[in-house]
Amino acid sequence: MEQEVIVEQKEIVEQEDFVVQMRGISKVYPNGIAANKDVDFLLRRGEIHAIMGENGAGKSTLMKILFGLEQPTSGEILINGQSVAITSPNKAISLGIGMVHQHFMLVPSLTVAENIVLGMAPTTKSRFLIDFKKAVQIAEENAARYNLRIDPNAKVIDIPVGMKQKVEILKALVRGAKILILDEPTAVLTTQETSELFKELIALKEQGFTIIFISHKLKEIKQITDRLTIMRGGRSMGVYNTADISEKEISRLMVGRDVVLKVVKDKSQPTETVLKVRDLEYTNRWNKKMLDKVSFSVRKGEILGIAGVEGNGQRELVEMLFNLNTPDAGTVTVCGESIVNLSQDKIRNRGVSLVPEDRMTYGIADIASIEENVISDRFGNKRFNKGPLFNMREIHHESQNLIVDYRILAKSPKQQVKMLSGGNIQKVVVARELSSMPTLLIADQPTRGIDVGATEFIRNEIVELSRGGTAVLLVSADLNEVIELSDSLIVMYGGKIVGYFEDSSQLDDLTMGEYMLGLKHQTEEEIAKVSYE
Amino acid sequence: MIGDLLLSIFNSDFLYSVIRITAPILFAALGAVIAEKAGVVNIGLEGIMMISALFGVLFGYWTQSWLVGVIGALVIGVLLALLIGFFAFELKTDIILGGIAVNMLGAGGTIFLLDMFTGMRGNTGALVTRELLIPTVDIPLIQSIPYLGQVLSGHSVLTYLAFLLVWLIWVVLYKTPLGLNIRAVGENPNAATSIGVSVQKIQYIAIGLSGAMAGLGGAFMSMYYSQGWNSGMVAGRGFIALAATAMGRGEPVGTMLSSLLFGLAQALRTKVSGMQGVSSYLVSVIPYLVTIIGLVLYAISIKNKLKKRHAVTEGAE
Repeated sequence: MEQEVIVEQKEIVEQEDFVVQMRGISKVYPNGIAANKDVDFLLRRGEIHAIMGENGAGKSTLMKILFGLEQPTSGEILINGQSVAITSPNKAISLGIGMVHQHFMLVPSLTVAENIVLGMAPTTKSRFLIDFKKAVQIAEENAARYNLRIDPNAKVIDIPVGMKQKVEILKALVRGAKILILDEPTAVLTTQETSELFKELIALKEQGFTIIFISHKLKEIKQITDRLTIMRGGRSMGVYNTADISEKEISRLMVGRDVVLKVVKDKSQPTETVLKVRDLEYTNRWNKKMLDKVSFSVRKGEILGIAGVEGNGQRELVEMLFNLNTPDAGTVTVCGESIVNLSQDKIRNRGVSLVPEDRMTYGIADIASIEENVISDRFGNKRFNKGPLFNMREIHHESQNLIVDYRILAKSPKQQVKMLSGGNIQKVVVARELSSMPTLLIADQPTRGIDVGATEFIRNEIVELSRGGTAVLLVSADLNEVIELSDSLIVMYGGKIVGYFEDSSQLDDLTMGEYMLGLKHQTEEEIAKVSYE
Repeated sequence: MIGDLLLSIFNSDFLYSVIRITAPILFAALGAVIAEKAGVVNIGLEGIMMISALFGVLFGYWTQSWLVGVIGALVIGVLLALLIGFFAFELKTDIILGGIAVNMLGAGGTIFLLDMFTGMRGNTGALVTRELLIPTVDIPLIQSIPYLGQVLSGHSVLTYLAFLLVWLIWVVLYKTPLGLNIRAVGENPNAATSIGVSVQKIQYIAIGLSGAMAGLGGAFMSMYYSQGWNSGMVAGRGFIALAATAMGRGEPVGTMLSSLLFGLAQALRTKVSGMQGVSSYLVSVIPYLVTIIGLVLYAISIKNKLKKRHAVTEGAE
């Protein structure tokens, strides 16, 4: 069956007009992580082509390679049938490729027109001064031609997000882009802005432009794209005509586990409730509702997992639980006491520990030693002090023990943390957070980007801690981890809890995928079950 | 006493001296403006002024031409600034450290260089003859206006150049492609990179220009203001210039106004310390007090601006 498909594709290649052919692209980063594995990506002239996949599936890397921001380890790229080496964004631009980044690359204090002509500003006859009239004219002409409504004289800082995106698209078009890469363009847009963008993109397509649309929103993909390439774990899962594939099928291909790592654990015996979150709400500064009446509880001795595609409110939720941000409404209590607006120090004193998602920023001080990092939550303790000075011997003793217990591979406790490998850095964080014997552990992406050995070790430590009576809240975008490690599980989508599964061992990838991508949701009564007293 | 003071302030001689004292601060401050617009902190202005002041005198003496002296000072200023840039952009040191290094070189190295080149110690003594000073110009028409003529006419060529540069730099920053690139690089280097503008190249150009300004400021000091080079000559003007730039919000015209304020404060110090019954120590504080007050006002205005901006900004990260 698969053989046939390949033969068919080869025939298509010979007949059809491909603007971009990426063949056998592999990308291995210096740290050994393979982001792309033998990926084929073929783009037809004049189509809107989606690249779909979860975070970390390799879609951004593939596009960075096409835009010259990264170099492939192996593989070939053909633009209009010519083999090319895209060594820089400049080269990509000269080949007619433009990219609209998810975070806009605009200069806020300059006007829209100035941003559009930046680097290629038209000059007056003297060749010394900018011809501002001409710049505005260029902006207006292009805006009219491509039907992208902008105000060329407004400063970028004063215009809404939707218009900023149009300015980005114009920037690419003015530079002669025929192929546009849009990286999750709708992530920052309101519903109206999204539908406006779609109209504009279709108009561009009709004018002969080719558009690559990176997204993981099924409905949008169905609405606007002609074909789609699905990526998972760095590999391409195939190319499909959007009309011929069901949302369910996309979800099956997108979400799924490559290798199932089993975690051995006994059945949980949860006792009293530790963490109680009720009706938590939060709207971010771009007026997007990130948390919508989120309620759940975590009990002693159990691991509650939160699954979901990133950006569906998980990060905001963790921020609220550790006072890194303030909710608009709702309550958070630990053992019956509110922790909203308490300092992190006080929250820790109530027995809460956090393994943060971004370990390099929130987990460690990278130029400090292992020793200094592991005592950073407990240096006030009498044990580590001798009058006004530190008791260095005791500190040394403690960190030496933790290095042994948590199998941190280091030359000495005095070694700078940044000299360690990613897995060992995470072990430093885990050693500190788990050895304080917390009543509640919040583990946010605890094994992201680290090697298999460290991953397994950290997962086992978390299980052990929970079986010893700690309540664990596990947030993970890694489906394998969240299913295997959790006792029960909730799924977040669009800032809401859309599903609660009391026994996560019964779950399969297909069901999970449908919940994570918003195809399915449970009734309020079913979800309310996770809010026990 | 206050009456005397007021009288002397509105005296044309006093206002003339304000302009004269402002010029070197203005040169260095304009240098800081260009660097800051490109997102570069050139804290080495003080040292650049010291070193180029010395070389201005030396080049002038060697060639017996004030013009060659001034140009030499400018070139030395550019080279020193590029050196700071090289350390920061190429060798990835902290740019503040590079600046401090040049400042220390300016304080100690100049005395050594002077000794090496001329065998003189601490000051250039008789190297600067009348013919080697930067000439003054009487402006026709304006000089014959009573009062105004006495204030505005008869300054050195470089004094006029300093004020002319305010306008010129404004034009470069706001009306030329180079200026657009400088501002883009300073505000969002990623935006510049994304469309193929080389951040490093633009920053080299900006810091080079800032060195040129400081070089002119140095030449002004040794070849006109102090009529010779001596080791305590620049006296913190490079740092006052940074304060003036901050107070002027990094804009050429605002920076000129705040430079004038600092010039006024220094002139006032000189004036008041000549009066009887006033502690000269107390008076010597005036310029620095003005600096502090200025910076506080600046900080408050920035804070308000940020608050407002935060309220209207959406989506720009």
